[in-house]
Amino acid sequence: MPVSADPMNTEAAPFIRLRNVAKTFTRDGAEFQALSDASFDIRAGEFVCLVGPSGCGKSTLLRILAGLLPANAGSTVSIGSPADPFRPGRDVGIAFQQPLLLKWRRVLENVMLPAEILGLPMRETRERARDLLNLVGLSQAERKYPYELSGGMQQRVAIARSLVHDPKLVLMDEPFGALDALTRERMNVELLRIWEKSGKTIVLVTHGIGEAVFLGQRVVVLTAGPARMAADIPIELPPQRTLELKTSEAFGAYSRRIYGLLGMS
Amino acid sequence: MQRKTLQVAGIALLAHLLALLAWHLVVTVGKVPAFILPSPAATFATLGNARYDWWGNTAVTAVEIMGGFAIATVLGVLFALAFTWSRLALTLLMPLLITFNMIPKVALGPLVIVWMSYGVVTNIVIAFAIAFFPILLTTLRGLRETEPELLELVGALHATRWQVFTKIQLPGSLPYLFSGMKVGSVLAVAGAIVGEFIGSEAGLGYLMLQVQVRLDTAAMMMSVLLISLIGIILYGLVSALEALVVVRDARLG
Ligand SMILES: Nc1ncnc2c1ncn2[C@@H]1O[C@H](COP(=O)(O)OP(=O)(O)OP(=O)(O)O)[C@@H](O)[C@H]1O
Ligand SMILES: [Mg+2]
Repeated sequence: MPVSADPMNTEAAPFIRLRNVAKTFTRDGAEFQALSDASFDIRAGEFVCLVGPSGCGKSTLLRILAGLLPANAGSTVSIGSPADPFRPGRDVGIAFQQPLLLKWRRVLENVMLPAEILGLPMRETRERARDLLNLVGLSQAERKYPYELSGGMQQRVAIARSLVHDPKLVLMDEPFGALDALTRERMNVELLRIWEKSGKTIVLVTHGIGEAVFLGQRVVVLTAGPARMAADIPIELPPQRTLELKTSEAFGAYSRRIYGLLGMS
Repeated sequence: MQRKTLQVAGIALLAHLLALLAWHLVVTVGKVPAFILPSPAATFATLGNARYDWWGNTAVTAVEIMGGFAIATVLGVLFALAFTWSRLALTLLMPLLITFNMIPKVALGPLVIVWMSYGVVTNIVIAFAIAFFPILLTTLRGLRETEPELLELVGALHATRWQVFTKIQLPGSLPYLFSGMKVGSVLAVAGAIVGEFIGSEAGLGYLMLQVQVRLDTAAMMMSVLLISLIGIILYGLVSALEALVVVRDARLG
């Protein structure tokens, strides 16, 4: 299952094109369908949220996008377009629920890790890491060790790290899942700001339906049933998203619709 | 920070002085005969007895302990690396090593002496044999402790095995290595002394057997103190090295 530019597409081609993406694991000799029939497109620079019940294959889909897992034969996973090529192993940044910082490295060196792995020039990388720490509001903390930071601050470092090598695609798997509700709301606003400034394509998995509606330009809903992809909902809310938006009627309507799709209303 | 360290050191010193005082009081107030428990003063006085060659015997024991410990550390780390790199080495050698670990090393002592005759080298081997396993096992555990998601994070960037090893696994295993070295340092002391008890012609363990025959309890006590002192110095060196290379939060107890 090659993850590469699709030569068939013209300029209007989406950045990511998924058609009938499925993944079957073999566990103790038995086949297990972790993901079936996901089909949707993501434009370059778009912010897409994935929601769905636990075990429905969200992380699996992210792993496929990251090139860490091959999808089943017959799946189409194409990332990049002739106008906007995507280099696997280079153009992807990841942030998980846990910050996964290296305890023995200072904040700045933690942020630099992906660029180090890719062998990017160190001086520019350091500058870029500093800019990113500035962007996530941690310019004062670059010489600190992870244990000196709160959970929210560590997660910001992890987000800066996911951007340091200037990837085109950023994958986030419940990045705020381990944070308290208040920190989480603050991080949501910050992530939108970072996204607007960086212009990255972001695919974010979350269990928070409100979070998905607030962050996403689109919300893709997966369910646990046999038809795994339930809906692909464009969120037409004002681009300037503030926390007050969460109390608006339109916001509530989107949330209700997604709760409904997940059979929770 | 500095002041706190000094404070801690001061309290530790005080505790030791109090223990000496208690020892002194037990002996004087309780009128304990000197051949059962000599006073601290009498114990330290035996250091003046040139016949016991304190320097020479202490040096021999120190060489045995440090030598066995150093070899155990080097080989323990090398084996742990080999087992992380090669599945074959792990599946083939690990069961053997675990069985070997079950053998009480003290029971090997007489055999090692039959094979190698007695002396410093033999005692180094015994100290090594007993200190090797905790170092190997904890280091191995540390090398495997890496979070799988961290490996995915760098795997998505096609990190090489060498990069994963040097940037993530190896530094991550250091706290475990030091924890193993601390256990190993204590065991190395025991190993060297057991070796000297079984057969030797120098060292503090050897000296203890000599003075035991003469009922010179003070010299026996002094030997025990010096053996412990070697162990404390070794443990201190390991801790100091750990403080240098391992970030505080990453340290294991
Ligand atoms: N490597 C694997 N081998 C076997 N089964 C797997 C593997 N990875 C995932 N699965 C299974 O696939 C299913 C989907 O897993 P996935 O992690 O994608 O779910 P998820 O939607 O991310 O769930 P959660 O919301 O709990 O994180 C689960 O039942 C999981 O047990
Ligand atoms: Mg998941």
